[in-house]
Amino acid sequence: MNRLLVALGMMLGMTQPVWADAGMDILKGQCSSCHNLTGPAPQTLKELWARKGPDLFYAGNKYRKEWLVQWLQNPTQIRPAGEFYEDHIKPGPKRDVVDPSTLKPHVALSASDAQAVADALMTLKPKSDLIAKEKIEEGTVSLSMGEMAFDKFLGCMACHRIEPDYGGLSGPEMYTAGKRLQPEYIASYIRSPQAWDPKIWMPNKHVSDGNIQKLVHYLEALSKEDNHAK
Amino acid sequence: MRNKLLLALLVAIPISTVAKESAKDNYRTYCVQCHGMAGNGKGVNIRDMSVQPRDHTDAKAMSTRSDDTLFKVIKEGGLSIDKSVLMPPWGDTLSDDEIRDMAQYLRTLCKCKYGGS
Repeated sequence: MNRLLVALGMMLGMTQPVWADAGMDILKGQCSSCHNLTGPAPQTLKELWARKGPDLFYAGNKYRKEWLVQWLQNPTQIRPAGEFYEDHIKPGPKRDVVDPSTLKPHVALSASDAQAVADALMTLKPKSDLIAKEKIEEGTVSLSMGEMAFDKFLGCMACHRIEPDYGGLSGPEMYTAGKRLQPEYIASYIRSPQAWDPKIWMPNKHVSDGNIQKLVHYLEALSKEDNHAK
Repeated sequence: MRNKLLLALLVAIPISTVAKESAKDNYRTYCVQCHGMAGNGKGVNIRDMSVQPRDHTDAKAMSTRSDDTLFKVIKEGGLSIDKSVLMPPWGDTLSDDEIRDMAQYLRTLCKCKYGGS
């Protein structure tokens, strides 16, 4: 029924609110068992551990819409150790390793459903106050300088990958972050992960304003590199 | 009168909206990613790290750290005790009380105390 509605909407060139309504129906029907669409974020570890996928109740403050539309049709794994990471690792001979048998692929949507869902997600903006506090300055940083900050000075690589086979596994891959995420969200999240997600296993490293700008520029540059666009 | 009492009580209670978690649960959530499921420093993240995480079961090394040092490094990160930036500060994630509990939990992993195993 939803698909019919969406297809109809497509043919008639309907405006975004109608699309978003159809998308919200899909979200509530198919996505809400793994994704929190209403908030708040987990307030206890028990709630955190129960989470099966990223919270989506602030998706409109977080994602780039064009990326959502593409990814929902061709989903790839973004968190190498899934969510909650500790449920998807096991002891290995040299170190703990990801147990791929515990990770389930994300459902793929049709083009019209992906468009409708992305429209609906972009209406979810309860954290606009945090976003409004961030001002991304024009600028660039060379990949080597950015990598130096990310890896050596700030230690982000401990948990995040900056290329498909380099870096930590408990956090989401960062070589696609610039494509996936709004720059103000990246800045705000680095400034205080806990402001978005109080129990998340990413710490607040008290990154300076200057380094936050540098990291945002670095992640945007990194996501444009062809060899990372996998 | 009753209102004043209530107000005094409210002021006296530290503001904490989030309930205290056990050290074991906090360890599973925040420390295991680098220090490993067994606490032996062999976490899922370590392969590409230039400095390897501390083995919390190493009684010899852990007994050289005072409880105050453990508290400081958990709260303020590795740089605060001239160690690696890869050990982040957890002061915005854990309360002081939870960090004190964590320091004690580490003593159970190493089966050691400061100054001698």
